[in-house]
Amino acid sequence: MKKQGPDGNPAPVMPALPEPLKDLKIKYTKIFINNEWHDSVSGKKFAVFNPATEEKICEVEEGDKADVDKAVKAARKAFELGSVWRTMDASERGRLLNKLADLVERDRLILATMETIDGGKLFSTAYLMDLGACIKTLRYCAGWADKIHGRTVPMDGNFFTFTRHEPIGVCGQIIPWNFPLVMFIWKIAPALCCGNTVVVKPAEQTPLSALYMGSLIKEAGFPPGVVNIVPGFGPTAGAAISHHMDIDKVAFTGSTEVGKLIKEAAGKSNLKRVTLELGGKSPNIIFADADLDAAVEFAHIGLFYHQGQCCIAGSRIFVEEPIYDEFVRRSIERAKKYTLGDPLKPGVQQGPQIDKEQFKKILDLIESGKKEGAKLECGGGPWGDKGYFIQPTVFSNVTDDMRIAKEEIFGPVQQIMKFKTIDEVIKRANNTTYGLAAAVFTKDIDKALTFAAALQAGTVWVNCYSAMSAQCPFGGFKMSGNGREM
Amino acid sequence: MAALNGAVENGQPDKKVPQLPRPLRSLEVKYTKIFINNEWHESTSGKKFPTYNPSTLEKICDIEEGDKPDVDIAVEAAKAAFQRGSPWRQMDAPSRGRLLHKLADLLERDRVILATLETMDTGKPFLQAYFIDLEGCIKTLRYYAGWADKIQGRTIPVDENFVCFTRHEPMGVCGAITPWNFPLLMLVWKMAPALCCGNTLVIKPAEQTPLTSLYVGSLIKEVGFPPGVVNIVPGYGPTAGAAISTHDGIDKIAFTGSTKVGKLIKEAASKSNLKRVTLELGGKNPCIVCADADLDLAVECAHQGVFFNQGQCCTAASRVFVEEQIYPEFVRRSVEFAKKRLVGDPFDARTEQGPQIDQKQFDKILELIESGKKEGAKLECGGLAIEDRGLFIKPTVFSEVTDNMRIAKEEIFGPVQPIMKFKSIEEVIRRANSIEYGLTAAVFTKNLDRALTLASALQSGTVWINCYNALYAQAPFGGFKMSGNGRELGDHALAEYTEVKTVTIKLSQKSP
Repeated sequence: MKKQGPDGNPAPVMPALPEPLKDLKIKYTKIFINNEWHDSVSGKKFAVFNPATEEKICEVEEGDKADVDKAVKAARKAFELGSVWRTMDASERGRLLNKLADLVERDRLILATMETIDGGKLFSTAYLMDLGACIKTLRYCAGWADKIHGRTVPMDGNFFTFTRHEPIGVCGQIIPWNFPLVMFIWKIAPALCCGNTVVVKPAEQTPLSALYMGSLIKEAGFPPGVVNIVPGFGPTAGAAISHHMDIDKVAFTGSTEVGKLIKEAAGKSNLKRVTLELGGKSPNIIFADADLDAAVEFAHIGLFYHQGQCCIAGSRIFVEEPIYDEFVRRSIERAKKYTLGDPLKPGVQQGPQIDKEQFKKILDLIESGKKEGAKLECGGGPWGDKGYFIQPTVFSNVTDDMRIAKEEIFGPVQQIMKFKTIDEVIKRANNTTYGLAAAVFTKDIDKALTFAAALQAGTVWVNCYSAMSAQCPFGGFKMSGNGREM
Repeated sequence: MAALNGAVENGQPDKKVPQLPRPLRSLEVKYTKIFINNEWHESTSGKKFPTYNPSTLEKICDIEEGDKPDVDIAVEAAKAAFQRGSPWRQMDAPSRGRLLHKLADLLERDRVILATLETMDTGKPFLQAYFIDLEGCIKTLRYYAGWADKIQGRTIPVDENFVCFTRHEPMGVCGAITPWNFPLLMLVWKMAPALCCGNTLVIKPAEQTPLTSLYVGSLIKEVGFPPGVVNIVPGYGPTAGAAISTHDGIDKIAFTGSTKVGKLIKEAASKSNLKRVTLELGGKNPCIVCADADLDLAVECAHQGVFFNQGQCCTAASRVFVEEQIYPEFVRRSVEFAKKRLVGDPFDARTEQGPQIDQKQFDKILELIESGKKEGAKLECGGLAIEDRGLFIKPTVFSEVTDNMRIAKEEIFGPVQPIMKFKSIEEVIRRANSIEYGLTAAVFTKNLDRALTLASALQSGTVWINCYNALYAQAPFGGFKMSGNGRELGDHALAEYTEVKTVTIKLSQKSP
C-alpha cells in the first residue's frame, strides 16, 4: 500500500519486521459483553481453521439471536442518557481511542501472528500493513472525537437555531474475513469517536483478532457495554443484527449479495441506517504514455495483494493497444516469480485462499475463463497437497462478455484486456453494476483529470493503486456500497 | 476550568481522592540560554538579564538577552527548517500530530517541575499552575495533535472547463510574542496550532517570565522536532520583540499582551512586509448579574472572575453590573468573599492569591485604586498593599462605581472589583458595549430569553452564561474591537496559521 517517507524523517513509521510468535496461545474464545466473557446461550461452539494447513486452531463460542439480544441490551444500557459513556467529555473518548492504539502497538506481534494463522495472510503484510493501518486509523479517529461540530443557523423569525451532531445509538457491525482486524477498527473507531455503542459480529472464518481486541478494549478503560463482540454465522447472528428492532444502524463489509439482504432486513425491521462496503470489479486503465514499469507493478500488486481477496482488486486491466503485448509479457514475468507456502514463514510471497468455498469458486471461474476462450498465460490451477492454495494466474485476450470479466473472482486471477480510444474505455470501465475503485496510468494531466471525473467509482487512483489512508473517505458508487468510511 | 485528575477505571471514575501534588523546593534552573536549532546559544552581545521571583523579590537567575542579531539567527534557522524538501516539510501530517502528543506526554511527565518554575517566575499559586495552567497546556496540545492530518482544502465547481481546488498550506515562519500572566499556557496556545499546521516558530517569551518557555525548548528537542522548527529568544519588547514584528523573513506574528503594544505590532507588521497578524489584547469585561440569577453562583463566579491570577487576566470581570434590586446583597456577599481570600506565599497549598508580577504593575494598580477613592467610588474593603515590602495587594472591592471613573474604563490588571448598578437590559447592553474593548462578557440569569438576547447583543468574542472563565481548547477565543484580531483555540486557530492557495487546472473539455 502506501510508501513511507525518506530516511531523514525523524518520526519514521515502518518498524523493523520481527519473527512471528511461536506457539501463540489463543486466550479469548468467548462472547464479549459488558467487558466480560460469556458462553453462548445455546452451549454451541464452532471451529476455527488455519487455511494454510486446514487444521483446527481452536473452538469459539457460537453466538446466535439470544446472544445478540444480550449484547444489544448491554449496548443500549451503556448508551442511556446519563450513562458514563454519554456523559464522558468528547476529548476523553479521544483519549480512550488513543490508549487503545497504544495497546494495539504494544501487542502488535501477537495480533499479527494471530491474523496470519487465522486469515492466511502473509505475516510481513499483517505486521507492517494491517497492524499499521489499525494503529493509524485509531489515532486518526481519536483526533476527531472533540471536533464534531454542529452549526448555528440564521433562521427566519424570532428564533435561535443550532444543530447538534449526536451519536446514532447502538450500531451493529458485521466484519469480513479478508482484513479482519483492519475492518474491525474501521467500524469501531468512527462509531466510538462519535459516541455510539456497538455490537460487532466478526466473520466466522476469522473471529480471533476481534476477540483479542475485546481484552484490549477492557484494558483501555472503555465502560462496560460500549463494545460487545458476538462471534457466529451470518444467517444466524448476522441476520439477528440486521433484523433487530433495537439496533439503530448496521454497517456491513462483505459481498454485494449479502449486502442486499442486510439493507432489505433493515427496511423490513425498523428502518435502521445502513452503511455497506461491498464488492468490486475495479478497472485499471493503462495508457501508452504511462510509466510502463510502474503500471505493471501497480497492476500486479493491485490484483494479487492478499491472494486477490480485496474488494478493490484491479480485476479488469484495460491496456491501450500499442503497449498491450509488452504489458502482458511483463505481467506474466512478474506473476511467475512467486513462492507459495505457509504465510508464517519468511520468503513466502503468497498464502492460501480463506476456505474451501472460496477455493472452489475461484477454480470454477478459472475454468470458465479457459472455456470461454481467454488465453491462459500462466497458473490456472491449485497448488500443493494441503491448504487452499491457487497458482497466480494471468489471462490475456479477455473480452467483456466473459464471466471472468464480469464476476468478482476474489482470487489470484488477473484479466488483461485491450482498448483503442478514451471514450470506448470509459464506457467499458463504467459498464458494470460495481463502482468501488478505479485507476488510470498516464502522464497527461488532461487525461488524468478527465478520468477522475468520468469514472463511476468511489476512489480513482492516478498513477498508483491501492493508495489508502485513514484521512481519505472510501466507499462505493452503485452496487459497491452505500456511504463512506474514513 | 476542568481539573479532573481522577483516573477512569473500567469506565468508572476513580473514587479515591487524588493526593495534592507538591512543588519542588530548591529547583535548579537548567535552561537559561537562547534556543535555536535545538541547541543552546549565548547572546550575540554577551548581555544577560535577570529574572525575579515576585514573592520574595529575589533574583532567580540570569538569562541570555536576545536582541536583533539573535532574532536574525533564529529566523534563518526557522526558514531553513521550512524549506521545501526539509524533514519538517516532508513529514506526514499524522507524524506531526504524534510529535505534539509526545510533547503533551512530556509536559505530563514534568508537570511538577513546570508548575514549580511557573510559580517561581510569576508568583501564581502552585496548585493553580499545576491544575489549571498545566492542564490547559496538555489538553491544548492533544487537541491540536488531532487536527494535524485533518486540515482539508476543498474542490470547487467553478465556471467553464476548469478543475479547481484549494490547499491550506502552512504560512511559514511564525513569530510569537507571549505575555507574563500565563507564560506557558499562552505559549502552547500559539505553538500547538502553528506546529499542527506545519509552520516553524521564533518565540519571544515575556522578559519577566522566560523560565517555563525555555524548559519547553528542552522538551521540544527530546520529543524529536527537527532542528529549527521551534526557536526561543528571550529578551525585551523594544529590542527582541520589535525585531520580530519588523522582520522581513517572518510571515506571521501572534501577540498576546496590552492593546497599546498590540497596536505597535500591527503597525510594524504593515510597515515591514505585511506579515499576517493575530492579536489577543486587553479587556474591561462586563459581568452582568440579573435579579433572577442564582445569587451564590453569580457572586462566586464574579469573584473568581476578577480575582483569579491576582487579577492579571485579559478576561478579568472588571466591570460588574448588578441589577438594582439585588445590588446591596450582591455587594455584601462579594465583600465577604474578598475578605476571606487568602493572600500569601504561592507555594503554600492554602494560598489563593500571590503577588503582582512586578513593581511597574504594582504601582499602576495602586494608582488606579487611589483614583477610585478620589473620584468618589465607595471603598468596601482592601484598597492598599499588604506589607511595606513586596508586591502583595489586598483584595479590593469598590461599590457605587459610575461609568466615567477611571476604574470603570481602564484595565487595572490587579485584585480590584468595581461593582455598578443597572436598571434595564437595554441600558446595560448599551453601557457594556460602550468601550473600545470587547474580549469577554458574562451573564447571570435563569431566564432563557434574556440569556440569548444578551448573548447576541454583547460585542464580545466570548459570552459566558451562568459561568466564568470556561475556556476549553475546542472553543474559539478572541476579541471584538480593540481586544484583538483573529481567534485562538478551536478550529478557528487553523485559519490563523494557514495560507489558502487556489489551484485551477484547465481541461480540454468540460467535465461534470
